[in-house]
Amino acid sequence: MIRSLRWKGAAFTVPFQLGFVFLYLLPIGYAVYQSLFRVQQSGLGLGGSTEEFAGLDNYQQGLTDSAFMGSVLRVVLFACVQIPVMLLISLVLALLLDAVTSRVASRFRILLLVPYMIPGVVAAIVWLNLYSPDVGPLTPLGKIFGFDWNFFAPSMVWPSIGNLLTWHGIGYNMVIIYSALQGVPRELFEAARLDGASERRIALSVKIPFVRGALVLTGMLSIIQMLQIFNEPALFRNVTPQTVSDSFTPIMIIYNQAFNAGNYHYAAALSVLLALILGVASFLFYRFTSKEAD
Amino acid sequence: MTLTEDRAKSSQVRRLSAPDPVSRTRGSQRFLLVGLSLASVYSLFPVWWLIVAATKDRTGLYQSNGLWFSGWHLWDNLRQLFTYEDGIFLRWTANSFLYAGVGSLGGTLLALATGYGLARFDFPGRNVVFAAVVGSFLIPIALLTLPLYLLFSDIGLVDTPWAMLIPCLINPFSVYLAKVYTEATIPFELLEAARIDGAGELRIFFSIVLRMMTTGGATVFLLAFVNTWNAFFLPLTVLRGEENWTLNLGLYNWSGKRLESGVDLTSLVLTGALLSIVPMAIMMVAMRRYWRSGVTMGALK
Repeated sequence: MIRSLRWKGAAFTVPFQLGFVFLYLLPIGYAVYQSLFRVQQSGLGLGGSTEEFAGLDNYQQGLTDSAFMGSVLRVVLFACVQIPVMLLISLVLALLLDAVTSRVASRFRILLLVPYMIPGVVAAIVWLNLYSPDVGPLTPLGKIFGFDWNFFAPSMVWPSIGNLLTWHGIGYNMVIIYSALQGVPRELFEAARLDGASERRIALSVKIPFVRGALVLTGMLSIIQMLQIFNEPALFRNVTPQTVSDSFTPIMIIYNQAFNAGNYHYAAALSVLLALILGVASFLFYRFTSKEAD
Repeated sequence: MTLTEDRAKSSQVRRLSAPDPVSRTRGSQRFLLVGLSLASVYSLFPVWWLIVAATKDRTGLYQSNGLWFSGWHLWDNLRQLFTYEDGIFLRWTANSFLYAGVGSLGGTLLALATGYGLARFDFPGRNVVFAAVVGSFLIPIALLTLPLYLLFSDIGLVDTPWAMLIPCLINPFSVYLAKVYTEATIPFELLEAARIDGAGELRIFFSIVLRMMTTGGATVFLLAFVNTWNAFFLPLTVLRGEENWTLNLGLYNWSGKRLESGVDLTSLVLTGALLSIVPMAIMMVAMRRYWRSGVTMGALK
């Protein structure tokens, strides 16, 4: 390519690059920098405060902070249950869609995608009210069947949030898996049928291996989202602050450290830690799921 | 069976090779439809409940069956919603439209230019830029938002619409999509022909590339709009005063009022929640063709 043309091409990307530096690189650099300092109160805290270099102290504190590590563990454990359940339902629905006529499939696909169109905050508001013993229909419904549900009880709050996330997410994940299924050459299924394979067998041995890539991808996206979960617990906290504490998830802790405790340095260190955890989790998941593929 | 007919129509190979599969009986079709219907009921009943709840007054909301109407009070609820605290809800709606509309438009234009530059020019550092774009998908929102808040507060942007609009301009996922779309729709030969005809690079971009990228651009815009409309953590962090809030932030605040000050705004929250879905629904339906390809393309490529 001609030299001048190269630079003209690069020029198209310059505004974005500048913005990227200002809105991504600079903040990350600033966060890392901030994480290395701490505020030192002089005297009895009346004489003002100074910033002093703290090295890795904030990180050490973060790694031994039982509230923070506990919230990470809580979210990871939750992810281990909710994500497989959600992806399994999405996969089954995608397989069902793939097995009906395309006319029927397109109608159901739109219906199943309705929750995905709803903003996360609104979805949480809707389910909070469905769960509510005052206005929601689920509590009286449970009574009919002899259940005395309390969706905000400590043991129920994660299942309640999990149901909300599953409801919100299956449509999107289903569409991705379904379009991967559509990409499988149809001849393959016919060949399997000629060999006498049942539909169930074809789904298990031909279709599912083919959508493995889509499953890995949706799993990865879900893990990234889950480690950063904030909206749903924040809204649940509006209703039931006794159960959903302000240190329920990692981002809630970071937010509180920054804005309620005014401890930006520690919050910065925790967000860097969270980024590292996220990177490691994604890497491990990717390694673990793609290893068996080759 | 309609199923095999349908399939057979679409492929020669199949027509030659497909004996009617034994397992595809009427019964198994019914089983499939029952499964899909149950899933649809699960998907739709919360939305149905929200629609019904928005038509009820307080007594109806607390005392009648949640899944069916009792009295028609939608207009009263809307009047209350729009007049509460001097019509602050309208203000939030306008803000959401401003941030999502203007922010996404600017972000889309920037993303298309960047995607085009990355896909069709071979300049030094191109791979570094692209790696940064993809790598940034993994950065947690807190790591960006907190320092951004500090930087914005240093230059006096916190609590102004700029604090929402500026971050919308830089959207790595949009750039990624724009690159994928450019690769699929803009042939090198076309660009060369235009150059031979003497068109300048800017002219080529604005009058040829942008025009050919209408579909891709619409998808990028739609997804960015939805993202901004749904945003919560960023506005919560950078917007303090009520008058700049988004719909989401306003609804979040109202839903917490009951606990905080004993004011029960459930009825307003629910009517407001329903209204905040309407623009999403209209956009999604109007642009169904675009966003479906966008969702899957962005995810699979």
